[in-house]
Amino acid sequence: MTLAPEVLRLDQITKRFGALVANDAISLVLRAGEVVALLGENGAGKTTLMNILFGQYVADQGSITAFGQPLPPGNPGAALAAGIGMVHQHFTLADHLSVLDNIMLGTRPLWSWRLNRRAAHDKVRALAHDFGLAVDPDARVGGLGVGQRQRVEILKALYRDARVLILDEPTAVLTPQEADALFTTLRRMVARGLSVIFISHKLHEVMAIADRCVVLRHGRVAGEVATRATSPAALAALMVGAEVLRPAPPPGTAGLSRMRLNGVTTPDAEGAPGLKAAMLDLCAGQITGIAGVSGNGQAALSDLVSGLIRPALGRLDIAGNPAPARWTPAAALAAGVGRIPEDRHKAGTIADFTLTENAVLETCRDAPFSRAGWINWRAARAHATAIIAKYDVRCPGPDTRIRLLSGGNMQKLILGRVLETAPVVVLANQPVRGLDIGAISYVHSQLIAARDRGAAVLLISEDLDEVMHLSDVIHVMSEGRISAPIPRGGATVAELGLRMAGEGFAHAA
Amino acid sequence: MMALVDILISASFWAAAIRIASPLIFATLGELICERAGVLNLGIEGIMVMGAFTGWFAVYQGMPLWGGVAVAFGSGMLFGLLHATLTVPFGLSQHVVGLGVTLLATATASFAYRLALPQVTSPPRIDPFQPFAVPVLSDIPFLGPALFTQTALTYAAFGMAVVVGLVLYRTPLGLAVRAVGENPAAAAAQGLSVTGLRMGAVMFGSGLMAVGGAFLTLSAFSSFFFDMVNGRGWICIALVVFGAWRPGKAVLGAVLFAAFDAGQVRLQQTEIGAILPYQVFLALPFVLSIIALIVMSRRAEVPAALMVPYNKGER
Repeated sequence: MTLAPEVLRLDQITKRFGALVANDAISLVLRAGEVVALLGENGAGKTTLMNILFGQYVADQGSITAFGQPLPPGNPGAALAAGIGMVHQHFTLADHLSVLDNIMLGTRPLWSWRLNRRAAHDKVRALAHDFGLAVDPDARVGGLGVGQRQRVEILKALYRDARVLILDEPTAVLTPQEADALFTTLRRMVARGLSVIFISHKLHEVMAIADRCVVLRHGRVAGEVATRATSPAALAALMVGAEVLRPAPPPGTAGLSRMRLNGVTTPDAEGAPGLKAAMLDLCAGQITGIAGVSGNGQAALSDLVSGLIRPALGRLDIAGNPAPARWTPAAALAAGVGRIPEDRHKAGTIADFTLTENAVLETCRDAPFSRAGWINWRAARAHATAIIAKYDVRCPGPDTRIRLLSGGNMQKLILGRVLETAPVVVLANQPVRGLDIGAISYVHSQLIAARDRGAAVLLISEDLDEVMHLSDVIHVMSEGRISAPIPRGGATVAELGLRMAGEGFAHAA
Repeated sequence: MMALVDILISASFWAAAIRIASPLIFATLGELICERAGVLNLGIEGIMVMGAFTGWFAVYQGMPLWGGVAVAFGSGMLFGLLHATLTVPFGLSQHVVGLGVTLLATATASFAYRLALPQVTSPPRIDPFQPFAVPVLSDIPFLGPALFTQTALTYAAFGMAVVVGLVLYRTPLGLAVRAVGENPAAAAAQGLSVTGLRMGAVMFGSGLMAVGGAFLTLSAFSSFFFDMVNGRGWICIALVVFGAWRPGKAVLGAVLFAAFDAGQVRLQQTEIGAILPYQVFLALPFVLSIIALIVMSRRAEVPAALMVPYNKGER
């Protein structure tokens, strides 16, 4: 069998951010009509490598050859002209412009007098039809759903006659049905001789779509295998470097009640229901899991526990006593509530602050970080350094801006910040969303360790497997109501699923 | 009440409104282009002063009137370059840089005027643009004297509005400018130079602001006074918001404001003027503008990346 012609070659690419080596002499070859998966944990260097290929970063060393021609570094225009299209993880679309304008942007010489919208319109329609990318060219991007936006991004590349398409974590934001549609599109593209680089850390997707897998670990190529000749377990081992342990944690021993919701009702907020006469008991030494489809009152529960909202009706008890009348985030902190917020970028960290500053955000007013109203930066820095070491936060150092960390490492810092205060109650809202296997098992093991130290852990997650795996007791949320507690192993997936759909709530509000 | 109606049906009132609107139109379009590209240009007030001075001085030194306009445009571009260099590649605060440019340009114009004309007691005059009656159109009753017996620079202001609208919405360049103001990362991913586009937009926009200033010396007053711009630049920033960042609506806003301004002068001379202190009339256009601004800008779509510097390597 003769090999298809080579379309793209990355040769010994190296890129450093400060002291962090994001890419270390990575080489990669892509041939016509194949899908190569770029697999690796968060922070393994996948996105950095693709941003170099696409000219958004300039590599410190190494070269790129596209269709036999060297590709000038640091120039997205050259990459586009060479037939390379990229669909970024965070879409690069202008919300106020139409789909057609977004697609046409930059495709014609700036100083020509006409946009020629009609011809473009026809071409977009034809492409959309050929590749199964249904989207209205005249719609405004701001009004589109995530799946449609991704189609616009792919159309942007196809409109420029891209021969190589790079997709960065394309399924992270898609529903299973949208992901299937995307795979159908990709297969059509490959059948026409296009090549695809598919970046992911979801093993089953890679197995389903890719011909070859290149596995990155800590910025290096850890292995390259044909998908037919491998298994998800073997790929996972390559990704994290060792067999991933999935320990079934021993059950916790329930202690005293640390926080109790006694028929708490909170007002509805924009489109999301508040709590409806919610009963919930968080006990020391237990992980209490909240299962449910997102948008069923989890946000209200999380806000209540963290002190952002107060009960409109009912009572909130802390360790057997009524919560302070002024139930604020400061009061929650004082009561020993440690919070791992749902959105680590928006609510968990301040992107342009250093790791040190982020590490003491909640505690900078207390000893030893504050003396007579002055922040003791030496103590703060030592604290951050300790968290970095203890929680395996991979970063150049405590003075790095947290913006530069991958999601997993950011989450580890938040985890360390929370757990180092020895909280009485730990609120973990979607603690592993978007993390890779290694980081997930680490976060889970730390939550279990916190429980074993006697903390009451409240785990809110959309991932039913996660809730069932970790929780000592499970509640299901539906439309702001919280079900009666279900002990571990007390319900099957199907039964929980029925509850999540709103059945079996005796005391409906 | 009758006095108000009398004013509104007089052609001279509308002719004055159009004339007063002209410098505002130039400068508002300039500011609009800057903001559409994502850069708030608070240098507008100073750049207008600079344009008023350089345009006038060039003509005073013997250049033709259009030469003066070109010189003003060039001087605006120069200060635009300063503003753009500091705010775009260096990403400095657009507020601070803008106010700095205003102070610098205002002071430089005054200084240069004193330096060039140390002896004068009364400001020297030039021969300004004369009203030009457009054949045929100026013979239309009412509309003719109101709209078509203006100076060439006024026609140019309205023509420029049409050109800016066409370029922004109908050409690849306009699409690119709007895109860098909405999402610079999207433009960069499509191979466009965000820095180049933003700097170009700020420079061209600043040029238009300076022409707006030059209108005052070359078409309206024929002399240069230190405080002649008198806050018009700030009004133009409000007009951009009023116009929801659209050239057509911005022109409408400029004419509306100018009509208030022209109206208050005339109202002072009626029987109402005998009752109310004249300061009330002076404040009227501003008060009405603020009200109109509140009403009109409710649903305006601010360019999403306005005042957000773009750093290539940021993640």
